[in-house]
This record gives sequence, C-alpha cells and structure tokens, in this order.
Amino acid sequence: MAVRRLADPALQPKSFAFTVENLDWAKGEIAKYPEGRQHSAIIALLWRAQEQAGGWLPQKAIEHVADLLGMPKIRALEVATFYTMFNLAPVGRFHVQLCGTTPCVLRGADKLIKLCHERIGEPLEVTSDGKLSWIEVECLGACVNGPMAQISCANPSATQVNYDYYEDLSPESLTKILDDLVAGKTVKGGPQVDRQLSAPVGGPTTLTDPALYRRGSGGPRRDQALRDAATKKPGEPANVREAVTPKPQIDDSSRRR
Amino acid sequence: MLQDKDRIFTNLYGLHDWGLEGARARGAWDGTKAILEKGRDGIINEVKASGLRGRGGAGFPTGLKWSFMPKQSDGRPHYLVVNADESEPGTCKDREIMRNDPHLLVEGCLIAGFAMGAHTCFIYIRGEFVRERERLQAAVDQAYAANLIGKDNVHGFPFDIIVHHGAGAYICGEETALLESLEGKKGQPRLKPPFPANVGVYGSPTTVNNVESIAVVPDIMRRGAHWFAAIGRPNNTGTKLFCISGHVEKPCTVEDAMGVPLRELLDKHSGGVRGGWDNLLAVIPGGSSMPMIPAYQCEHLLMDFDGCREFKSALGTAAVIVMDKSTDVIRAMARISYFYKHESCGQCTPCREGMGWMWRVLSRMAEGRAHKREIDMLMEVTTQIEGHTICAFGDGAAWPVQGLLRHFRHEIERRIDEYSANPHPEPVRVAAE
Repeated sequence: MAVRRLADPALQPKSFAFTVENLDWAKGEIAKYPEGRQHSAIIALLWRAQEQAGGWLPQKAIEHVADLLGMPKIRALEVATFYTMFNLAPVGRFHVQLCGTTPCVLRGADKLIKLCHERIGEPLEVTSDGKLSWIEVECLGACVNGPMAQISCANPSATQVNYDYYEDLSPESLTKILDDLVAGKTVKGGPQVDRQLSAPVGGPTTLTDPALYRRGSGGPRRDQALRDAATKKPGEPANVREAVTPKPQIDDSSRRR
Repeated sequence: MLQDKDRIFTNLYGLHDWGLEGARARGAWDGTKAILEKGRDGIINEVKASGLRGRGGAGFPTGLKWSFMPKQSDGRPHYLVVNADESEPGTCKDREIMRNDPHLLVEGCLIAGFAMGAHTCFIYIRGEFVRERERLQAAVDQAYAANLIGKDNVHGFPFDIIVHHGAGAYICGEETALLESLEGKKGQPRLKPPFPANVGVYGSPTTVNNVESIAVVPDIMRRGAHWFAAIGRPNNTGTKLFCISGHVEKPCTVEDAMGVPLRELLDKHSGGVRGGWDNLLAVIPGGSSMPMIPAYQCEHLLMDFDGCREFKSALGTAAVIVMDKSTDVIRAMARISYFYKHESCGQCTPCREGMGWMWRVLSRMAEGRAHKREIDMLMEVTTQIEGHTICAFGDGAAWPVQGLLRHFRHEIERRIDEYSANPHPEPVRVAAE
C-alpha cells in the first residue's frame, strides 16, 4: 500500500470553503443518495474541493467536506489519504500522470519516464514556473493505447479542469504535448498516432459490414458530453414523454436481416 | 469466425453516434417493454439459458448470481451495482462500452434491475475515466429525458441510475471494497459471508455485475438465449471483448467469439506478434492477475474459460498481454508485483507485507542479485499469501509470480549464475529482508 501523508503545515492554507456554485453543486450531489446516506458523496465532493483548491487537497478542504457531510473528520481524512487521485501536496498547473505498469512498459513507457525525469524533475516536484509536475501512476485502463498519460490541466481562470488521456505516446509526441501545454496552446487528447480510438492502426478489422448501419446511425457525433456540473439529479421525474412510434417486431427474422 | 451481424458492440470504435438516436438505429432500446413483460423469472431463465458467465474476471454465471437475490423484498430496497472500476492492467474493454455504446449499458441496467427487483442502480466508474463518466452521464440523462428510465417511465418499472465515481484505487474493483467505497469509506473488502446478495450496499440486498456482463443482456434478450449459446463452446458461450496489448503489431480492442484460438485472434486483428509468431515469449491471457502462458503452449490455446484453465491460467478479463523475446520477463513481473504492492489496501498482513516482499525479491532476481534457494522461498511465500486474505487480491498477486516461477525458473537461475560469475563490489545479501 502507498503511504500518503498530508502536506507540510507551512503549505496548508488557513481556511477553505466551497464557492457558492460549488456548494450548490455539492448539495445536488448529496441529494443523489438515499436519505441518511449522504457520506456516499464524499469522493465527489473531495474531488471538487481539489479542483477548487488548484489541483490538491489542503487539510482545511478535507475538514470542510467532512463538516458538510456531517461525518467525523478522521473518516474524511481516511478517504482522502486512501485514494491516490487525491493529491495531498500542491502539483503543477499541468500534472502529468504517466502510466508505468507492465502493458505500457512493454510499449516503451520507460523512455517516457526518463523523459519526464529530465524535462520536469523528480516525481511530484513542481517546476519553478509552477506549470508542470509528474508522477508515475498504476494502470489507467487504456492498455491497447499504451504508452499513455493522463494530464490534469487545472485552469483557475476558467474554473474548468481537463483530464484528457494522451495515448500512443512516443518521447517526441510527449515532448511536443508538454511544450504546447506550457506555451498555452490547445492540445488534442486521445491517440497521438493516426488511429481511431482503440481500433487497430490502419482501420478496424471488424464492424465493416454496412448492413449493420443500414438504419442509419445519425452520422458521426462530435459534440461534447455534458460536464459534471450540468448533471441531472436522478429522482427527478423526467418530463418528456416518449412519442408513440410503431416498433419493429422483435422476432428473429427481422433481427437477422 | 464471428460475423459482424453477431457482434453486440457495433459502435466499439466510436465511428457512429453514441447518443440515443444512434443507439436506437443500431437496435438498442428496441422492444425493451416486451422484454420486461417476460417477468423476472423469464429474464433470469433466459440469461441462465444463454450460458453468460460474468465478464469481470471470475466467470461466475450471471443468471445464477441474479437468482441469489431475495424474491420478495423484506422492506429493504434492492440495489444493482455495476462495477465499472476497470483497473486490471491490460484491460480496457468497459471503457469502450461506456464511451461509445453507453445506451447498451443503460438498457442492460434496466433489464437487470427489473430481474432482481432493484429500483436503483449505481454505476461505480473509476475516477480516472473522467471523459467516459461524462459520456455515460450524458447517456443516462438522455434516457431520463426520453422517459426510458425514471420514476414514471414508459416501461412501467420505476428505475433510477446514479453514476458514482471512485478516485484511483484498484482494490475498489473487488465487489465488497466497491460497496464500502460507495458508502463513502476507504475501499477495504468485507469478510464474506454475509454475501452482497443478503447484505450489500447500505445493508441491503445487492448484486454487483461487470459492465460487459450487463451490456450484453439486452441483445441476449432480443435475439434469444439460443443465439448467444450457439457462439463459442458449451460452458464458454457468447462473444467477448478482447484487449490485445503489448508486443503485437497493432494493439487493439476487438469483439470476437469465445474460444477463438489465441493465434487466430492475434493474427487476424492485431497484425500478429511483433517479429512473427516464432518471436513470441509468453502471453498473459487475462489481465495481470493471471499466470502467464509460455509460447510453446500458446499454439493450442483457446481463448475461453476452460481453454485457459487447461494451461493453469484463466481467462480473467480477456486482456491479452503479449510479450516477445525482447522482453525482460523477470522485470515485467517485478513491475506487476510493484503494482500489487502499490494497490494493496493494507487490511490483511499477508498481502500488505507480502506484496512488498515479493516485489523486492523479484527486483533483485531481475538483476540476478539473489540466491537460487530464494526461488523456492518465493514460491513458498506466494502460497502463504494465496488463500490467506479476505479478498482475492492476494491470489491475484500471487498467481502471476507463480506463473513466472513455473515457466521461467531457468531464466532466473541463468541470471543469478551470470551475476555471481562476475565480480561485484557489493556482497550478495543473504536474507530477503
């Protein structure tokens, strides 16, 4: 297990409180869970507190969340120190979480680790301009696109945090991504080679039968998914009723086409 | 070979619309009400007849698991929990479902929830999958907006889906640790019994299923159990998402039939092993927790539960990690041991202390800085960990090391000989710390 401790008291801010928007959001998050089970929201709330604090969790923020949920502070501290995505000390504005587990190592993650050492420094050390920090993390679940990294980009001005995966990396492409991020340019997430998500390079070997999509599929859809802040609270009765449309029969003959 | 028309995840690569409209055009949400009209037992029997086995690693029959839920509620609500905490090294299949075909999962949740009388479903998604979570939440919202789920929906079965996320703990993929985490605690597994079907989340009957197990259910119900059962071999039926990573020409995730020969799988979809089949050293067939299989056995390996068991391994999550002859296999396993050391929750002593011990010994063995008798000692320690912990994490960490020792003992010995044949300023340490 990983031993994780809170940051040095000298680094800890004196106080922390959710902004009005975040407090509203937090109340919505708590309301998702059954009555009396509001503790369930702790991870989501700590996460939001981390975003508000600029990418790390000060002690006051953990205690603020504990108070909000009406739970003992030690329980919240336990959770904050158990889950490794909570940064307990300040990180750079762009925090690189580089996967160093075996499937990525087989595809050359070692070179990227070396690159991060040279370019950024020791793990969890923030560069002097405050822009970059890095850490080697365990499997991020994008193994067929390895080696890969997740870069959290805290952007205090836009109150928006980006957690894109950067996949199929090479030392060259990672260098370019880091350069572009530091220079304030936009960087495209996903595979950094010519490849459609997790399909093989050169195009899919399956799902090529056009009959599958005979009924149309609405075409490629590129719009953004809703963000966390805009999530709908479950439990609200949906007010749009489905229009009555004749459904095709569900027997085998119509399915097989 | 599996034909395209028999594939379930038709938007696996995100080339088409993930939204409700596109999903409907590809067949999702088609006749869901008619499926629910088959009744709870009708659905469970159909899933049992299809032979679907859980896709999360253990391969437990899904229909049987559902039937463990109490038939009548004793006043406590029933819960369905979907395990989307996909963290097993090598595995990245649920991610594709959640970002590209989320409606199959949402529809599956409704059907599964109905089959076990659960009006609330939690989908526990790992914290790192931020984009996937946003996409899944959007799909859930679309389903709410179209009144497909919700308090008063068109299917006449009140059903809520709550997307919950973690924050980076592998152990939360263990079902009881997941429930602990869902309740807002540290993710430390619970002792069983009581099993989640009796006392699960919030002390209520709960069933935990993998994303893929749930997402294939709507298609099984629409096309019939006989269709699903006709794919693959008896006891190993259906289609499966395979994640092929490591030393292949073109790593990819692909849906194929259960029981597909490993060689065919690699050659057909991922361009074969880097440098040709003869360059293969070993594969890990089912995610890092499963023992590796050396190349000479891979020739006849069929990728299903029984096929992998024949070679003392297991299908697990069907995450094929391929290693060619350039691999430092001891170092690769030492890195996997480090993963387990990092992810142990620290609750049971054999696991908490044993993981670090195995990692340190394996790291020394990777350099050759070890004694040959330590190989047997390491084997002994893995058996001391295996089966002596609350959850299966200890087993999952011990098996890959056992696999290494079983098949590559000669390599470890060679390295020790090489090291001791050369002069070194530092003496070889005697004990293993």
